[in-house]
Amino acid sequence: MSESHTGEHVHHELGFWRKYVFSTDHKIIGIQYLITAMSMAVVGGTLSMLMRYQLAWPSMISPTLGKLMPDAFAGGVMKPEFYVSLVTMHGTIMVFFLFTAVLTGGFGNFLIPLQIGARDMAFPFLNALSYWVFLLSCIVIFSALFVTTGAPLGGWTSYAPLSAIPAAGPGQGTGVTLWITAIALFTASGLMGGLNYITTILTMRTRGMSMMRLPLTQWSLLITAILALLAFPVLLAAGILLMFDRMGGTSFFVPAGIIMNQMPIEHSGGHPLLWQHLFWFFGHPEVYIVVLPAMGMASDILSTFCRKPIFSYRMMVYSMIAIAVLSFVVWGHHMFVSGMNPFLGSVFTLTTLLIAVPSAIKTFNWLGTVWGARIRFTAAGLFAIGFVSMFVSGGLSGIFLGTSAADIQLQDTYFVVAHFHLVMAIAPLFAAFGGLYFWFPKMFGRFMNETLGRIHFWLTFIGVYCVFFPMHIIGIGGQMRRIYDPTQYMFLVPQQPVNVFISIAAFILGAGQLIFLFNFLFSIFAGKRVLERNPWHATTLEWTAPTPPGHGNFGEELPVVYRWPFDYSVPGEKEDFIPQTVPATVVAKQ
Amino acid sequence: MPILVEERRPVGPPPPIKPADRGGEGDFGESGSAFPLSKGQIGVWILLTAIIMLFAGLSSAYIVLRGVPSWQNIELPSLLWPNTAVLLLSSVAVELSRRAIRRDDIQSMKSWLAVGGALGLTFLIGQLAAWRQLVNAGVYLPSTLQSSFFYILSGLHGLHLLGGVVALGIVLVMALRNRLTSLRYEPLKLCATYWHVLDGLWVYLFLLLLLS
Repeated sequence: MSESHTGEHVHHELGFWRKYVFSTDHKIIGIQYLITAMSMAVVGGTLSMLMRYQLAWPSMISPTLGKLMPDAFAGGVMKPEFYVSLVTMHGTIMVFFLFTAVLTGGFGNFLIPLQIGARDMAFPFLNALSYWVFLLSCIVIFSALFVTTGAPLGGWTSYAPLSAIPAAGPGQGTGVTLWITAIALFTASGLMGGLNYITTILTMRTRGMSMMRLPLTQWSLLITAILALLAFPVLLAAGILLMFDRMGGTSFFVPAGIIMNQMPIEHSGGHPLLWQHLFWFFGHPEVYIVVLPAMGMASDILSTFCRKPIFSYRMMVYSMIAIAVLSFVVWGHHMFVSGMNPFLGSVFTLTTLLIAVPSAIKTFNWLGTVWGARIRFTAAGLFAIGFVSMFVSGGLSGIFLGTSAADIQLQDTYFVVAHFHLVMAIAPLFAAFGGLYFWFPKMFGRFMNETLGRIHFWLTFIGVYCVFFPMHIIGIGGQMRRIYDPTQYMFLVPQQPVNVFISIAAFILGAGQLIFLFNFLFSIFAGKRVLERNPWHATTLEWTAPTPPGHGNFGEELPVVYRWPFDYSVPGEKEDFIPQTVPATVVAKQ
Repeated sequence: MPILVEERRPVGPPPPIKPADRGGEGDFGESGSAFPLSKGQIGVWILLTAIIMLFAGLSSAYIVLRGVPSWQNIELPSLLWPNTAVLLLSSVAVELSRRAIRRDDIQSMKSWLAVGGALGLTFLIGQLAAWRQLVNAGVYLPSTLQSSFFYILSGLHGLHLLGGVVALGIVLVMALRNRLTSLRYEPLKLCATYWHVLDGLWVYLFLLLLLS
């Protein structure tokens, strides 16, 4: 672990490879995380398009697809096991390799030193190592799509005993082994990253940057890193036991008496529910590992484009801490139908519904921030507002699912699919898009095209509601979560037109993202140049650094902080923003 | 007997001048953080937290499975007792080394550090011998749930301790090159922290396995 860069090292020049590829500079590592995660999103998104194709037209014969992917589309019709592997890979890639990586790895790396006024992370080498291990984990999970036996079939939750017995299905051999390996590598990478985030935020804040002057993005990244530190090792523990069940002949998760393909399985004495407990002890905090940084970023962006201080900064911080603490005592709500003691179910219902309190405080504060504001409807600002909309829409259905009585009816239906997509996938996606439009000028020294950005926003906003809102209805109607062919049940056939509608909306939504990809790639090289340090008139420290910031971020002198990050529209001031670096004495009033 | 002196602290740069009435608990970038722990200390504690959570996950699985009807206790190898004693002694040696450097006794710091590392290695070899004992008794990884847990818990703990031995070795090399002084000995301090926690972890695991 090398020490961070000192002032004397600010100006040294490096060759291309050291500067842009094997870099220990947090900004380059952040951008590497962003681009890798975006590539994974393209993979995960493509898989979801294939799923929507199957759900809308389950028995249509497509000779083209049959020729393109003869293993997956035997005779032009998708094989059921291929569909289930799509479900698994889409979930795994999106949860871990897109959202966890893009929000903490991408934005976390880029923003932490810049927003707290540091020259780099606490342990730059470890930080670079974190990225390379992450890239390795991406390659491992991606390769699971191409092994001869097929990708894993167990869902992103890899429930045992299906995942514990390699003979359980075609993808359950090499596929699941690759899945566990990728998750273990991802955990190691996340630990190295988290170690940096926590240490850097705690010890490397510049002069005057007290904890209560941190932008909310920084608070959210700190809390997220602590959550990940406590949650991921438990998943690793479960993964290790699972690996031994598969390869060492142990029986942690496999009960006695299982017969697979007419052959009795030799295991005995294990407990399949144990996997679910361990997985969800990690899995629920994981939801907040994804959502919290999104909340932090959306708060800062919202405040900037509303030209108003965030409503109740302290309550924003406290409610994030409350959400983090509560997230460790709610995992049972994923297991209401597992034969749980109803009393225990009530306890988990209570703790789950308690999370609604800090979540509602945050929503109230966002509304308070937007209330009466003269909003600047930039693409970034629109996406931040969109985040609030998605979070509310997805959060409300969470109240039904968190209540055991209702959940027993709705469990494993499309209602659940609609809920978790809106709240933990689409909402963070909106925050990430907002963050990209917002910080792109600082990253690359050029703007993304605003018009394309707004078209992208409206297509995405409307597209997402067209895709996920009807899912609530077909879910209540009984469509199962991982069903391969909805038309095989008579009672689902009348709903089939809704599935067709959702799929068409999904294709349009997917095409809309191509606009974004084009805008992103085009703007890196040919976007409008940013001529000033602070194009959005924002207050936080990254906007006082050069655009794009050089090695060492702030030139010779580190900035000194005199105020909180939300001094927008201070009465009596000429400008409607006061950066954190402006001394208090200059502002006589207030 | 060396004379006991108050722990000496490194003389750092002067504390930052805080802007009057403007609060601020942050530091001056590189010079002397106002945060009470150093980067290294936070780093080690974060690493230890992750290790503790890993074993918390494994031991919760152990406790859950202990309740299933097919649970069978194995006879734990008798070697575990002397092994545990050796590990505790190694902790004492590492601690003595840490105290020696605080009173600037570089020579005994080096010797105690070497003793600590050697005892750690002895423990690891002892653990392998304990596995051997079990194998000779016909108890393998898949034999019973407890034997599975025994091999995995002791193996993972051993791997983490091996990392500690490597770290002690690196610190020893630093000491032999006279890069550690009573004013600058953070690597040794961090190693000692890691070592003590991993020793405590083994005692916990041993008790967990014993008290089935």
